[in-house]
Amino acid sequence: MIPAPFDYVRAESAEEAIALVGQHGDESKVIAGGHSLLPLMKLRLAQPSVLIDIGRITDLSYIRDAGDHVAIGALTRHMDVETSDVLREHAPLLAHATSHVGDPQVRHRGTIGGSIAHADPASDLPAVALALGATYVAQGPNGTREIAAADFATSYLESALADDELLTEIRVPKMNGAGWGFEKFNRRAQDWAIVGVAAWRRNGDAGVALVNMSSTPVLATGVVSALADGASVADAAQLAADGADPQPDLNASIEYRQHLARALTKRALDTASS
Amino acid sequence: MNVTLTINGTAHTYDLEPRTLLVQLIREHAGLTGTNIGCDTSSCGACSVHLDGEAVKSCTLLAVQADGADVTTIEGMASADGTMHPMQQAFMDEHGLQCGFCTPGMVMAASSLLAENPNPTDEEVRIGLEGNLCRCTGYHNIVKAVLAASGANQ
Repeated sequence: MIPAPFDYVRAESAEEAIALVGQHGDESKVIAGGHSLLPLMKLRLAQPSVLIDIGRITDLSYIRDAGDHVAIGALTRHMDVETSDVLREHAPLLAHATSHVGDPQVRHRGTIGGSIAHADPASDLPAVALALGATYVAQGPNGTREIAAADFATSYLESALADDELLTEIRVPKMNGAGWGFEKFNRRAQDWAIVGVAAWRRNGDAGVALVNMSSTPVLATGVVSALADGASVADAAQLAADGADPQPDLNASIEYRQHLARALTKRALDTASS
Repeated sequence: MNVTLTINGTAHTYDLEPRTLLVQLIREHAGLTGTNIGCDTSSCGACSVHLDGEAVKSCTLLAVQADGADVTTIEGMASADGTMHPMQQAFMDEHGLQCGFCTPGMVMAASSLLAENPNPTDEEVRIGLEGNLCRCTGYHNIVKAVLAASGANQ
């Protein structure tokens, strides 16, 4: 399978990429590692007339301890997130979950920014970032702005990024020793999650987010409220699917996804609490 | 547009459509057909090659993305005198193949795995090869081969 024809331009800097996106508008697509976009282009589900390659902007590949958070450049590859000592210490949930994205070959190419900007609710990292209360930095022609992870995904494969903005950085609050758990239910090792759960707990605080349970990654706010009110993990986990809007597909019915959300939330919280 | 890259130690320049996939460049332009196309959807790993020393799936990479890169395919693994790479020898010794279709990709993924983790456990090999499917389901001997190769490299 071969993508439909397109013109290819390579951006050498974020500024150049933003100018190119502004110039070519919605006829264009930005490509980083390409492991979300190229499969869509090969299936002709995406047919951009211009492909803007940002994969060589090395300035956007970094992991920095920034005090209360870790700053991750959008073009940081999954393999570099997974093996980062800074992230293993300060955001182990993210490092661990990233090691479950795709397979090693995919993680050699795919980037954290690409995964998040693609806004696929079946992807692991958007939900992990949501659970951790991450902030995204978007750069446009008039400068940068911050977007809370909770405000980022707007619908299936749609985000709050403007047409002329580029996701440049992911800011992940330090977990400060919080317990955490990540559960990904799939049929084969490298598959997307049928349902996934990212969870953390620290003293009275908690965060729980669900993969593939709505058209966007979704917070399990009922679970967190119940835990704050002193409910047991088992009781709180029963609320995991409340407010989610899962869709049926070949892998799972709505009811099965709701069941998985409850069962996996309990497992993730049990791990986080141990 | 022009794409210049090194394949198995030799520099090449090709004038290609931007939509040309790396695996097409390797098979159709460089004539190196050891790299197979299996699923064509980045699931099966048959098209795995090394890009700057790391295993990638060449069906999910544009050739232009590999411009300037150093690519190694299965044809580049043996020495010039024909001596097989230790991973190839281990696959032969441990009977790590049945039909052989997945084997080039398995060898490339496995050698990349050992470059990152020189002494993996059985479980780490199995997880490390999660991106490569063997439809003969000959995984047991493939894992044995990778473990044997890790010993040979010590």
